[in-house]
Amino acid sequence: MARAELMDYDKALELYEPVLGFEVHVELSTRTKMFSDAPNPAFADNHGASPNTQITPVDLGLPGSLPVVNETAVHYSISLGLALGCSIAESSRFARKNYFYPDLAKNYQISQFDEPIAFEGSVDIELEDGTVFTVPIERAHMEEDAGKLTHVGGATGRIQGAEYSLVDYNRAGVPLVEIVTKPIFGAEGRAPEVGKAYVSTIRDIVRSLGISEARMELGNLRCDANVSLRPRGQEKLGTRTETKNVNSMRSVERAVRYEIQRQAAILAKGGTITQETRHWHEDTGTTSPGRPKSDADDYRYFPEPDLLPVQPSAELIAQLRAALPEAPAVRRRRLLEEWGFTELEFRDVKNSGLLAEIEDTVAAGVAPAQARKWWTGEIARIANTKGAEPAELITATAVAEVQSLVDDGILNDKLARQVIEGVIEGEGSAAEVVEKRGLKLVSDDGPLIAAIDEALAAQPDVLEKIRDGKVQAAGAVIGAVMKAMKGQADAARVRELVLERAQA
Amino acid sequence: MSELITATAADLAAKLAAGEVSSAEVTRAHLDRIAAVEPSVNSYLHVSEQAIATAEAIDARRAAGEQLPTLAGVPVAIKDVLCTVDMPSTAGSRILEGWVPPYDATPVRKLRENGLVPLGKTNMDEFAMGSSTEYSAYGPTRNPWDLERIPGGSGGGSAAAVAAFEAPLALGSDTGGSIRQPAAVTGSVGVKPTYGGVSRYGAIALASSLDQVGPVTRTVLDAALLHDVIGGHDPRDSTSLTDVWPSFEQAARRGAQEGSLKGLKVGVVKELAGGEGFQPGVLARFRESLELLEQNGAEIVEVAAPNFEYAISAYYLILPAEASSNLAKFDSVRFGLRVTPQGGGTVEQVMAATREQGFGPEVKRRIILGTYALSAGYYDAYYGSAQKVRTLIQQDFSAAFEKVDVLVSPSAPTTAFKFGEKTADPLSMYLNDLTTIPANLAGVPGISLPAGLADEDGLPVGIQFMAPARADERLYHVGAALEALLVDRWGGPLLHRAPQL
Repeated sequence: MARAELMDYDKALELYEPVLGFEVHVELSTRTKMFSDAPNPAFADNHGASPNTQITPVDLGLPGSLPVVNETAVHYSISLGLALGCSIAESSRFARKNYFYPDLAKNYQISQFDEPIAFEGSVDIELEDGTVFTVPIERAHMEEDAGKLTHVGGATGRIQGAEYSLVDYNRAGVPLVEIVTKPIFGAEGRAPEVGKAYVSTIRDIVRSLGISEARMELGNLRCDANVSLRPRGQEKLGTRTETKNVNSMRSVERAVRYEIQRQAAILAKGGTITQETRHWHEDTGTTSPGRPKSDADDYRYFPEPDLLPVQPSAELIAQLRAALPEAPAVRRRRLLEEWGFTELEFRDVKNSGLLAEIEDTVAAGVAPAQARKWWTGEIARIANTKGAEPAELITATAVAEVQSLVDDGILNDKLARQVIEGVIEGEGSAAEVVEKRGLKLVSDDGPLIAAIDEALAAQPDVLEKIRDGKVQAAGAVIGAVMKAMKGQADAARVRELVLERAQA
Repeated sequence: MSELITATAADLAAKLAAGEVSSAEVTRAHLDRIAAVEPSVNSYLHVSEQAIATAEAIDARRAAGEQLPTLAGVPVAIKDVLCTVDMPSTAGSRILEGWVPPYDATPVRKLRENGLVPLGKTNMDEFAMGSSTEYSAYGPTRNPWDLERIPGGSGGGSAAAVAAFEAPLALGSDTGGSIRQPAAVTGSVGVKPTYGGVSRYGAIALASSLDQVGPVTRTVLDAALLHDVIGGHDPRDSTSLTDVWPSFEQAARRGAQEGSLKGLKVGVVKELAGGEGFQPGVLARFRESLELLEQNGAEIVEVAAPNFEYAISAYYLILPAEASSNLAKFDSVRFGLRVTPQGGGTVEQVMAATREQGFGPEVKRRIILGTYALSAGYYDAYYGSAQKVRTLIQQDFSAAFEKVDVLVSPSAPTTAFKFGEKTADPLSMYLNDLTTIPANLAGVPGISLPAGLADEDGLPVGIQFMAPARADERLYHVGAALEALLVDRWGGPLLHRAPQL
């Protein structure tokens, strides 16, 4: 494939205004699927099943089978709509989107068309420097996911060149909400960053609602990015491309940037942009043409006759609204204030996705700075080596227990890290790990003094320096003592005692 | 003919309960009859190999003193549109040849739970598209009254099986008349329940918003008994009503009592009771029935339903539109026929080859029609307008039912026509459903029962009653009343006058 010509980014922005639009699909983590009672693979307990085991006649579209709407999925969708500031339709309908594809069991997808469950909202996103940008939301609608095709025998894993394809219908019927933005104007040079922050905010919202695991690497959250350019001063929107399945925050940022540069290069040469879907290539950081897409794409939508309209009562909507968690942006502002972190510290925490964990730990009685230290330090490190999420490894309560042992002078930081490791390894509670590993600090001065005297005797030059008032020289002795005590001593107490003994 | 095959289901049920006969005997008698007449009638696509065993199991339970449901031990035929775990379910199509579903349709499950004995699967127009069974991929069913004529459709197999005494009871499905029109032209009884009255789960869909499963029998009481078994809410069908239904058996028994018609207001639908296409013999029997009703205390009034004249046009947009989508799943990927083009092909080519070979001409015609009607730019003009007509027809019904208790019309404009008479002209075939389609568009229930034989051809004529949605009870009441009066006048059931096969 010939490499596309790219225009310098700043030059592109000088000539053209980027207009963005995003379609984000969120897999809901209900126990069962959107229209059947098959286990939903997007529910935590149902991960990793063998292909075609999480299916019923409905998911396979067997003749005679009929869909039934999952009530919990409707509730989740309403909550999401409310969190996006949308109005909730008094009556919304499912519609059939008709097209032939082997991953689509019925050869139509049950979706929503002219009557989505949620419409007309907006969401505030925060850019890295704290600027708040408002993204207008057109609609959020419910639909079912398709199955998964694996193309075998080709070099690229794509359908072109493949010898045959395998279909796994486990994913068929997983409940989805598709969130569609209105055209986003005014992002200008920060368009890539706006894209990243938008997707990140949607992820935060669905996580705080507890309606999806929202793990992009698992496909729980999938983003299609629309980009068009219009010459400065022109009102009419340019032709857009839709880059499909840009499935990490960083990729969203890169893909938007790439499309701006690519389209600008074409337009500057007097060329025209083809309205099409494009594939994102993570490895090369480029996009390539998919299929042409025109507004005349004909899915022959019509109201799904097998299902009744969804008509949530005002009471239900009020109840779901009352149960909404604090909006992520509001919550972040509150926590920043409460915790007293610097902007930089707070951004680190936010970007590592540890806000909830630290919040819970603080609620369990730990000072914010300590909580931050444990989560972004030792726990994040272990999570990184294990390739796991920090929150999966240890609870806020356990962290609080460790910290209280430190506060009580039973552990120092170094020992505390070992205790955390023990808890993570499943050796029991913090107290049990202390007991089993014998990690308590030596609180009796007797053994300490013996070790100090020995160390001072071994380093007479240091002793001289201390006696001359160069107290920082004590460090060498403290180190030796700590080593002799195998770290199980309170360093502050050792220091006190070293100074005392040196003068003795 | 053995009394075991000419008896009504109600009589068989009584004899079984009294221990006068065993289910195995009754079932064997029907299997014998099937073996004898199938070569000429061809009602069945598949005859169950387990029928005798099922019957014996019921007999054993009865012998053990178990209290069994009313129809336990009575044989029943099942239209091939309904999924059955123990028999192929093809909907009359090549594309599903040999397909055995992994589940029972809800009405079938209810049959089994009530101890009925499935005899087999009955023939039908492919995917229930047709009014003659000529579009079955497995050859047409013949009308027991005249083997040169159609038994109606799409449920010609169920109606002919009942009329030819190959089953006392059968299940059908009615999208635009597929239960009532075959009942009319074979001299049997057929009921299309209120939309949502019987679960559609496991009924291979033609047009989801119109399809309804219902009974095909020889008497109104038998239809009521069967309806009582198959009806009721099913959580697997979102369009199934949650109503608690009254006993239709009781409604039929009350209707059959003398004087039951007093004060009943019967509306003759002007638009469905005459005009072009109506056979004189059909209209003559229809008027006789009205007179009989009137003589027995019913009040006959004429009502107008001005929008009914658009019903066929609307129906032939809505049905193909929904069918084009419902039939998209037949693509060879997960089940059914697979045709691979010579030398192999892409999945798209395999799908196309399969559908080309697996679907018959009428199915293709309607898929094309429906695809067109739903296309962008045409949706509003076709599907959208058709839905508006549907609303108008519903309003016509509502207005009429403010004045009368039930509506009445001939069940079909003609008696059974000859094979090949209408296949060359699809529109003339479609017009045969003129009288039955409005009930489907409005979701209201309808019954067809025999009204006699037409003078010009000696073939059965049907009369149709329609009631407001959810008032199926009224159909059994008035149907049983008229049936009693007619049988009395004829000196016996009409079907006993059918020629010996």
